[in-house]
Amino acid sequence: MSDIADKVKKIVVEHLGVEESKVTPDASFIDDLGADSLDTVELVMAFEEAFSVEIPEDAAEKIATVKDAIDYIEKQKAA
Amino acid sequence: MSGNANNGRRVVVTGIGVVSPLAVGAELTWKRLIEGQSGIGRITHFDPSELPAQVAGQVPEGPTEEGGLTLSDWVPVKDQKKMDRFIHLGLAAAIQAVEDSGWKPETEDDRCATGVMIGSGIGGLQTIYEGSLTVSSGKARRLSPFFIPSALINLISGHLSIRYGFKGPNHAVVTACATGVHAIGDASRLIQHGDADVMIAGGAEAAICALGIAGFCSARALSTGSNDDPSKASRPWDKDRDGFIMGEGAGVVVLEEYEHAKARGAKIYGEIGGYGLSGDAHHITAPAEGHEGAFRAMKAALKNSGLQVSDIDYVNAHGTSTMADDLELDAVERFFGDHAKNIAMSSTKSAIGHLLGAAGAVEAIFCLQAIRDGIVPPTLNLENPARESVIDRVALKAQKRKVDVALSNSFGFGGTNASIILKRCEG
Repeated sequence: MSDIADKVKKIVVEHLGVEESKVTPDASFIDDLGADSLDTVELVMAFEEAFSVEIPEDAAEKIATVKDAIDYIEKQKAA
Repeated sequence: MSGNANNGRRVVVTGIGVVSPLAVGAELTWKRLIEGQSGIGRITHFDPSELPAQVAGQVPEGPTEEGGLTLSDWVPVKDQKKMDRFIHLGLAAAIQAVEDSGWKPETEDDRCATGVMIGSGIGGLQTIYEGSLTVSSGKARRLSPFFIPSALINLISGHLSIRYGFKGPNHAVVTACATGVHAIGDASRLIQHGDADVMIAGGAEAAICALGIAGFCSARALSTGSNDDPSKASRPWDKDRDGFIMGEGAGVVVLEEYEHAKARGAKIYGEIGGYGLSGDAHHITAPAEGHEGAFRAMKAALKNSGLQVSDIDYVNAHGTSTMADDLELDAVERFFGDHAKNIAMSSTKSAIGHLLGAAGAVEAIFCLQAIRDGIVPPTLNLENPARESVIDRVALKAQKRKVDVALSNSFGFGGTNASIILKRCEG
């Protein structure tokens, strides 16, 4: 797993208070990890802070799973 | 206005919960209170050395079974950062009260007949402080989505209703230091008027932060002379008193319509005998001459109760350890007249400080415990009364005393006054 993936996982575990084993790539923040709409806003802010990236609102709305987040951040970092 | 206008619906207390500088837990707080312990110490929530007031009543940390605050026993870790400390403390007291009452609504009708009214004087002050730092450092877009719901005063009521499924009236009082009494009194009236059968009511406060202490310091309201001897700082009616000591915590009661409580065999602590309110229309922080607003609040509570002055055995005073103590004493002496010499009156703020929006609720619970146990709590540090009185102010040591009826006073900035009468429940 990439450094980015590791760090994303860590942030999700910390913010949503879920077990690490549940944070699989396909896990949906809302459907599988118990987040509500405010939790996802906070999560995106935490990603922005941790990776020094800007995630505009329309992009943030499309980040529904752990993999969505990792892919988006990796793309931003590669650019 | 007619007296005792309760529509024939009596309101009793069937659950109590306290978080105080003495302990987390209503019974341990009471035990330490009547032992004469003080919950006042040097402020550790932040470094107070820049400020003239450096002592306060902070809720002790520690294992729940020893009366300390272990937050994860009350609020799941992942939810803690979504709430200011006043909500943490309010929930800890409310959960105690609900569990103590044994009330678990099973049907939709029962859930809709159960409401919540838990307020706060100030709300999420530390959260607002930290949020403003985020904004002022140019990071407005990084402000947490939980900033607003963490600071809002009615969110204790909101969180509690979500936790237990209480779908009745959901409300919150904000009347500075009168909040706790207003919440219990107003919630009782909702039961009397048939809006609910059960109400979870009270107040919570957590304003021991730099902004809170600095603000009250600037208003010249806090004691500054006992920074080296914290347990001596809060001394209601004493000639050496020099301001109030801030405390934090929460008090919550479960109020229940009498027949409802009886039908389920609930334990009953006492009955809400009467409730009265008034406004000073005088000054934003100082009471009027002779504390005539307090006098009218007590009179209104008595009228509402249908009792006589001579029925009252104990008064839990507002008694904040400020110059206003003697004005309240004037009003209480005038209110009781010839009966004044027979009553006991104490200020429990001498032991726990002034819990602002939580004070009235915690003190109403002390009144219920005094009625139950036949003990009145002491006024610590009342060594040299600034003025003599025929009223026994229970100086230094708790007293054994039969208490059937107790009255509790709370007064707030803005000139808001509330008195509540609690009495032994006779079937």
